[in-house]
Amino acid sequence: MSKLTVSPSPHIKSSQTTKNIMWTVVWSLVPAGIAGICIFGISSLSVMVLCILSCVFTEALFLKIRNRDPKTVLDGSAVLTGLLLAYNLPPEIPFWIPVIGGVVSIALGKQIFGGLGQNIFNPALVGRAFLQISWPVYMTTWKNPRWWPDAVSSATPLAKEVNAHFSYMDLFLGNRAGSLGEVCVIALVIGALFLLTTKIISLHIPLSFIGTVGIITWVFGKDGFFKGDFIFNIMAGGLILGAFFMATDYVTSPLTKKGKIVFGIGCGVLTAIIRLRGGYPEGVCYAILFMNAAVPIIDRFTKTQKYGLIRK
Amino acid sequence: MKKLLKEFFKGIGSENPTFRLVLGLCPTLAVSTSVINGLGMGVAATFVLIGSNVIISLVRKSIPDQIRIPCFIVIIATFVTIVELAMKAYAPELSKALGIFVPLIVVNCIVLGRAEAFACKENVFNSMLDALGMGVGFTLALLLISAIREMLGNGTLFGFLIVKSYEPILYIVLAPGALLVIGLLIGGINFLARKRSAA
Repeated sequence: MSKLTVSPSPHIKSSQTTKNIMWTVVWSLVPAGIAGICIFGISSLSVMVLCILSCVFTEALFLKIRNRDPKTVLDGSAVLTGLLLAYNLPPEIPFWIPVIGGVVSIALGKQIFGGLGQNIFNPALVGRAFLQISWPVYMTTWKNPRWWPDAVSSATPLAKEVNAHFSYMDLFLGNRAGSLGEVCVIALVIGALFLLTTKIISLHIPLSFIGTVGIITWVFGKDGFFKGDFIFNIMAGGLILGAFFMATDYVTSPLTKKGKIVFGIGCGVLTAIIRLRGGYPEGVCYAILFMNAAVPIIDRFTKTQKYGLIRK
Repeated sequence: MKKLLKEFFKGIGSENPTFRLVLGLCPTLAVSTSVINGLGMGVAATFVLIGSNVIISLVRKSIPDQIRIPCFIVIIATFVTIVELAMKAYAPELSKALGIFVPLIVVNCIVLGRAEAFACKENVFNSMLDALGMGVGFTLALLLISAIREMLGNGTLFGFLIVKSYEPILYIVLAPGALLVIGLLIGGINFLARKRSAA
């Protein structure tokens, strides 16, 4: 009888832990990584390894400085940040760029704010934005798929000066230049379906995000209304990767369903505006970062009603 | 004597306008892109601080309390005009680089803050030492920030190349880099100060 434990509720706990969730997301990203290696060659693997090692090492260093449990370095969050950062980089890039990106992501994007759960912005996107602003030339020198005749870099399909026509099949399978992990839509969709079936993410953010981008680029994408190529706009660029894997980050997205939809629509509107009217060809990264900053306000205005509360 | 030294050194250390009082951030963010600009801004602001503090302290008894701020502004603006014209005449390049931020010293909160908090209450000599300390503290802070930003963001110091094959971090020299560098420096200084007061 002495084995009885006395404790306050809750008594029944879910088996989902942070570690569990983080590693599941990492696994769901693996198909896109394999696709990236197949399309761009072995250099993409080295970018991924460098990003992950740099993130994990920085995380371990900060945990040591801040006197935290050193075991949490393997809770998967640092690995996930590194992997997402790598997916946002061009597949061939000087080795020090992923290393600096990883340090910036973890140090400035996450640990400065107080570690996992305290960060306002998505760490991987903080790293990417830093690299994008610091070394714009390296960050926009894309490598062509291995089987293209000229291996020299070209622009992504979204760049306005590119006139080449990509069939929807090319975009769907990833037969184009672009960031390491964003090109192969089918691999990303497989990963996303896995996350949806395991109920790690819900459809609210991705659907409202992608839907908004689709509608706006359809209506305003070309001269005259309702002529834009929205399927192209959804599949080219980093929208699928951003909508399913980065905008849905638990820490930096709203808590309620209503809030998630507002968040997704905001991301979509900003992405479409940056793509159609902005100076950059791609806007997913900045759109998500911008909406990350708005999450506290969204949460404040989309509180759920308390159970049993009587409105006066 | 000890009190006089205290008035001087508080501006550099415990009441540093940039790192401890967090005043005058607008020019600090804008002109700290290179050491020359930072130094120019610091010296200009120091001159205005000393001049305005001394004059305000001299006339403090004849300024009516209700309209003291306009009076301060007129005195400060006089010195800013002197600095602006002198800089245009003798350092036209610096003047062009600093641009609108030289005339904006008029509304610099360090200058107005010292006039309101110190010069209108203390005697001339103390006010001058206070202004000198604040000015030196501001200049040192600007030098530190701009040295970091110029080295990391441009690979140079005082315009000279340091490392040959260095790929500058453009981010640091742009506007967000200023916020980042100042934030990290203030955070670090607060951390050290807290550690010291705990010990």
